[in-house]
Amino acid sequence: MHDGGLVKTRKFADGKYVGDPINAVKIFNEKESDELIVLDIDATVRGTEPDFKLIGRLAVECRMPLCYGGGVKTAEHAKRIVALGVEKVAISSAAVENPRLIGEMAQEVGSQSVVVVLDVKKRMLRGGYEVYTHNGRRGAGRSPVQVAIEAERRGAGEIVLNSIDNDGMMEGYDLALASQIRGVTRLPMTVLGGAGSLAHLGELIRTCGVVGAGAGSLFVFKGAYRAVLINYPSEMQKEELFRAALSQ
Amino acid sequence: MITIVDYGLGNVQAFLNVYKRLNVDARAARTPAELRGAAKVLLPGVGAFDHAMERLDESGMRATLDDLVVRDKVPVLGVCVGMQMLARASEEGVRSGLGWIDGMVRRLDTLADGAPMQLPHMGWNDVVPAVNSPLFDQLESDARFYFLHSFYFECGNPEEVAAISSYGRNFSCAVSSGNIHGVQFHPEKSHHFGTRLLRNFAAL
Repeated sequence: MHDGGLVKTRKFADGKYVGDPINAVKIFNEKESDELIVLDIDATVRGTEPDFKLIGRLAVECRMPLCYGGGVKTAEHAKRIVALGVEKVAISSAAVENPRLIGEMAQEVGSQSVVVVLDVKKRMLRGGYEVYTHNGRRGAGRSPVQVAIEAERRGAGEIVLNSIDNDGMMEGYDLALASQIRGVTRLPMTVLGGAGSLAHLGELIRTCGVVGAGAGSLFVFKGAYRAVLINYPSEMQKEELFRAALSQ
Repeated sequence: MITIVDYGLGNVQAFLNVYKRLNVDARAARTPAELRGAAKVLLPGVGAFDHAMERLDESGMRATLDDLVVRDKVPVLGVCVGMQMLARASEEGVRSGLGWIDGMVRRLDTLADGAPMQLPHMGWNDVVPAVNSPLFDQLESDARFYFLHSFYFECGNPEEVAAISSYGRNFSCAVSSGNIHGVQFHPEKSHHFGTRLLRNFAAL
């Protein structure tokens, strides 16, 4: 979410407006998606609190589990968001800057509802990966492996791994990154960034086994010109995909 | 008309939304006066067992609820912790439950035969209804529901198990005893499967 509307970015920039968030939730209800993640990309960079009113409206509308992230800085924020009917609360910059918050949130709302988002970029010269915050503008100076291990140790319930380099490019996930993180944590993990086709979801599942395959562009755009059209695979398509991916 | 007990826990508005879409009258009750005369009662709940029982007591609606369910035999559906509250007690806390259905709430990890399962049990899972359970009427055989819990309802009478699910081992995820029903999963977060179940409850 950006300026109250829903946007989809490329490499965390160039946000394209894709509609009203409440309306999008209604469409994903009809499509029966497994889960929704809504990230407010203004709150942290503008230093504002989460928009509790809007979150409440999203939660009420949502007929599937919902994860919210953006501007969450305290366990009290997390508690308020869960009380609004949201299943999971995501943190990224706060998890890096104040890792204790992970444990405090877990105390308040339970580990199952604490999600740590890792926005990750490839290192230019030295190789490897680095975690970024503030919509990819601020390098945290730490590797996603380090942050993932710490998140698990402090009581996070889930990791969302997002590749900034692949975001919105629709050319496939960063599978090397995904399997690297899969190898260092037992936490449930959802991978984001790069899915452009159902085959890409299959690739990820084949690489990582049981994993959440998340996508933005794939589910909101149609065709090479990124025409906005919310879409989602049917139950049959999904089952076909899992069967094919896991049988190889 | 469905009356949803609003004692401060659970996503009351999400249930109201589902019923609005189904064209079924529903409203929230926050006081004994608003609860009185209800024809069908939905009892939501999230969080810890003791906290939920305390909040229900503080709401002042408990006595009215007892009258409706036990004396007047009004149909009631407990959801998530609302289901657990139907039991005598819970391993999670020290307070008594409503005691409307014979059973105890137990921790899930005592279920696992081998390696302990990760708790909470969170996510979509298959549900196998008992034969002729009216709550699951017309639900497809591949019905799945969204779960988020660490405790489950262990029925005292096996014939009151209305559905089972599996996490490490089988556990009862729905109970029915006369006019009293409960489901551990979240029908309000389970797409058309959950909508169907809430419609079935409205039609009881």
